[in-house]
Amino acid sequence: MDLAYTEEEQEFRARLREWLAAVLPGLPAKPGPDDWPGRRAYDTAWQRMLYDAGYAGLHWPVDAGGRGATPTQHLIFLEETERAGAPYVGANFVGLLHAGPTIAAEGTAEQRARWLPPVLRGDEIWCQGFSEPDAGSDLAALRTRAVRDGDHYVVSGSKIWTSHAEVADWCELLVRTDPAAPRHRGISWLAMEMDAPGVTVRPLRTLAGSTEFAEMFLDEVRVPVSHRVGAENDGWRVTMVTLSFERGTAFVGEVVACRRTLDALAAEARRSGRWDDPVLRRRLGRLNAEFRALWRLTQWNVSEAQRAGGGGGVPGTGGSVFKLRYSHARQELYEAAAEVLGADSADLDREWVLDRLSSLSYTIAAGTSQIQRNIVAERILGLPKGR
Amino acid sequence: MDFQLSDDQRALRAGVRELLAGRFGRDRMRAALDAGTGVDRALWRELGEAGFFALRLPEAEGGVGLGLPESVLLFEEVGRSLLPGPLIATHLAAGPVKGAAQGEAVVAVLDAGQPVAHLGEADALLVLGPGNAARASGGTVRDAVRVRDAADPVRSIDPFTPLWRVADPVEGGEPLPRGERLRDEGALLAAAEQLGSAARTTEMAVQHAGEREQFGSPIGSFQAVKHLCAGMLVRAELARCAVYAAAVTADPVEIAGAKLLADDAAVRNARDCLQVHGGMGFTWEADVHLHLKRAWLRSGQWLAAAAAEEVLAGDLC
Repeated sequence: MDLAYTEEEQEFRARLREWLAAVLPGLPAKPGPDDWPGRRAYDTAWQRMLYDAGYAGLHWPVDAGGRGATPTQHLIFLEETERAGAPYVGANFVGLLHAGPTIAAEGTAEQRARWLPPVLRGDEIWCQGFSEPDAGSDLAALRTRAVRDGDHYVVSGSKIWTSHAEVADWCELLVRTDPAAPRHRGISWLAMEMDAPGVTVRPLRTLAGSTEFAEMFLDEVRVPVSHRVGAENDGWRVTMVTLSFERGTAFVGEVVACRRTLDALAAEARRSGRWDDPVLRRRLGRLNAEFRALWRLTQWNVSEAQRAGGGGGVPGTGGSVFKLRYSHARQELYEAAAEVLGADSADLDREWVLDRLSSLSYTIAAGTSQIQRNIVAERILGLPKGR
Repeated sequence: MDFQLSDDQRALRAGVRELLAGRFGRDRMRAALDAGTGVDRALWRELGEAGFFALRLPEAEGGVGLGLPESVLLFEEVGRSLLPGPLIATHLAAGPVKGAAQGEAVVAVLDAGQPVAHLGEADALLVLGPGNAARASGGTVRDAVRVRDAADPVRSIDPFTPLWRVADPVEGGEPLPRGERLRDEGALLAAAEQLGSAARTTEMAVQHAGEREQFGSPIGSFQAVKHLCAGMLVRAELARCAVYAAAVTADPVEIAGAKLLADDAAVRNARDCLQVHGGMGFTWEADVHLHLKRAWLRSGQWLAAAAAEEVLAGDLC
């Protein structure tokens, strides 16, 4: 049990801190939440800056163009960038954290050479075509079909909850290539160009009033067979590789951000006099325990991955334990924020009010809490499968 | 950074688990329960010989020379096994109180306003200093027999933990070195016991859910039961990280957080374990009520929720 960082890790942190202090003041203002072209430009420009400074794909393997950093270095990177208020990974999210690592792990040499460098440079944006209207958390029930026609697949169906679809160049797409096979066995993983004929994107408005994601309709879209990553009908296994990244270090920066928000809530409560209410004060105290412990759980998971020789991805099951507690704690945090704000909690222009709305997605997105509990019960505790 | 157990720490934990399983396995535990016995002096001395109480004393003073993380691993095993007795107070008193390090003396603890556990069997009494509810300002040691003469027995909710109500204030006594650390360290070790209990009740629930059949299937195949068990694991694992980190940093705020989350995990996991056991869980024969009662008791000891939350709130900017 050692929480001390090595000399090398401390040097890495110091250099990163120095670089962030030098570049962040020169960044332009962030575009509005519905300005998708603006957001794409902003996020990819930041990615390019990371690339030029040698911080792009920090946790990716060296032979995939990354830096091959240890899980602890990746943790430091995420902690420091959030602490400094650097831009969020944003529109580059799927490429850097899902599609890229999946292609790095499962793709051919040609596929890696074609798709990985543009992700690292911020030249191309990926979106994720996993969920379907009739198959949300039940991912294996997906129905989008791909029928072989020579050296192409012809893809028809629809996808939903596709973040960044409006500005994406590529889509990591799950399709059913063998309708007769058992549900998990007939799925393939394709890279689809978003400007291919037959792709229609329709933005969806969230309860927060913004267009965070979109529906996608696929009408006989032709995808070259060479754009399939992994073997035909082996997409489920490839997908599990992707999801282990999604449920791993994806929330590190957000835990740091929540701790900053908690401090800001305490400061606001002290300013307004609400701090004198022991019920509210104790509630904030309990949240302090939650987010401190979630940070320690992150360090625990990262240390475990490092011992296992992992390259920055944390095993999906440890990620499920984290996500179950974190998503709940985040919602509690913004409920407490509403109490701190009092009458102002109805004012959409006040800080934290939009965050309260968007926190509702955390127990749903990337596998609902109910699905995560099944994963914990079956894969960690070994309870029997059933209904 | 390598926030995982070292090989030595794993070996230590395995050794203590083996010792307790051999000397206080389920049969012994139930026999002790039926006999109504409290502190087993022979076992107490055996733990003393194994270095349980002297673990953190320097080697020059006849101790083992290990630190808080190792103590936490010991007390996690105590929590799993339901071993009764004022183990934390005796561990903290090792050194200043004669015979405590060797397991020759039994040391109980008096915290203002709280009933004293095992006062009837204690040789010495650790008295936590005054100060606000959250932080003690020091500690002293008294003769337990003289305090007992003015104390009244309480019918305890935990059949393993006899309680005495002591009229405040208790005057006099020898001041203890490092007395201001007593409450923090005691809270951390109590949190470790709660963690052990929370992990154990999770295992008990999972085992029962895998074996007990209803409607033609093991009840663990039903989501309603499965989700209770998953929630237990999440609580125990978050508490584990909080407790281990607090043991490494020894930071009072982190200790308060660890105690808060471990109390929560122990109490709520025992309740959920009882629920998974169904009617059997409500009987004296199932062990789960023993974990729940001990967890309730420990939640009020050393650093209770209200005080811990105030410490944690005070840390916010």
